[in-house]
Amino acid sequence: MQQEMNQVEKLIGVILQIGVIISAIIIGVGLLALLITGKSGYPAGSFPTHFGAIFRGIAQFKPYAIIMLGLFALILTPVLRVVVSIYAFFKERDLLYVVITTIVLIILIFGMAIGYLGK
Amino acid sequence: MIHSVVIILCVGVLAGILGAILGIGGGIIITPVLTLAFGLDIKYAIGASIISVIATSSGATIAYVKDELLNLRVAMFLEIATTVGAIIGAVLVGVVHTGFLFILFGLLLLFSAWNMYGKLKSGNEVLHKVEPDKIAQRLRLNSSYYDKALKKQVDYQVENVPAGFTVMFGAGLASGLLGIGSGAFKVMAMDTFMKMPLKPSSATSNLMMGVTAAASATVYFFNGSIKPQIAAPLALGVLFGATIGTRIMQRLKPRWIRIIFIPIIGYMGLEMVLKGFGVTI
Repeated sequence: MQQEMNQVEKLIGVILQIGVIISAIIIGVGLLALLITGKSGYPAGSFPTHFGAIFRGIAQFKPYAIIMLGLFALILTPVLRVVVSIYAFFKERDLLYVVITTIVLIILIFGMAIGYLGK
Repeated sequence: MIHSVVIILCVGVLAGILGAILGIGGGIIITPVLTLAFGLDIKYAIGASIISVIATSSGATIAYVKDELLNLRVAMFLEIATTVGAIIGAVLVGVVHTGFLFILFGLLLLFSAWNMYGKLKSGNEVLHKVEPDKIAQRLRLNSSYYDKALKKQVDYQVENVPAGFTVMFGAGLASGLLGIGSGAFKVMAMDTFMKMPLKPSSATSNLMMGVTAAASATVYFFNGSIKPQIAAPLALGVLFGATIGTRIMQRLKPRWIRIIFIPIIGYMGLEMVLKGFGVTI
């Protein structure tokens, strides 16, 4: 049981590391492209803030679009943290905290939805 | 261009180190640098601060595969209060008069600085009661951590759970409504009200502020407050700084963390009270 728990914690740590490192790499690639080409891919002072515009920009390898994707991935990493915590409590058979953490996830998604719809 | 990227990267590293040690967002460093030195509009400075809060939190998370300091139960239980507070706060922006709130929360920080000074002087870091708190026990919030500076396992108890929960709601409200103090109030709720030791308080605050910030970050992301050329170097710098800061914090003696903490929240409290009276420093 204890050994299994350590396995779970290790797995969760690695998942989180991968998530954060992937978003850092995307941001880094975008930033490097911006510095090397000297072009953001957009008129001065503007940048994409919607998924449609961001993905269209990435298809054309526009630095600002790549950076914005990376920043959004970074914003999602705490959500990943909550999701894997639910799994960890579930593995510990701690139902009270499976419920509490699920409530947190629901509130979080609700808040993010308000952000998306209320723009 | 390269010039400003390098400066922002360095500011980010500094903010990340300090933020991860203390469990605060680092806005206290970033906002003045961006608005004063770069002349950035406050709207973009707040967007950058939010990214920095998340980067501090996520950077601290990945410093170790297994976080020994973090109290995940306390984090998730209190997260309910703080995210609900943050959402209500964000909705109330522009509706309520904030002057009074600045004064109230500023005074709360000053009180907390005073309380921390008391703890520093008495050297009484860890709560040990013969009768453990009933609510804390039922919620299984009491825990232990290995202190790398003291080289021993520290068992600790938690009390005043309803008070901590209430302050956490206020912390969420303040960060949503006033856009400040995302971490300082959380550390205060755990350290001052729930009597948790400072190291687990800081580590737990680090996790929580990322989750709370994620809820409001989408607002800033989609309304265009997050400028890529500022946020990208800042995020990378803070992520790197936070992994260093987390390692430093593990090895620092708790009293040193407190010594760094007291002037910072004292300053923040004073600034907020003055702001409530219409004075900006």
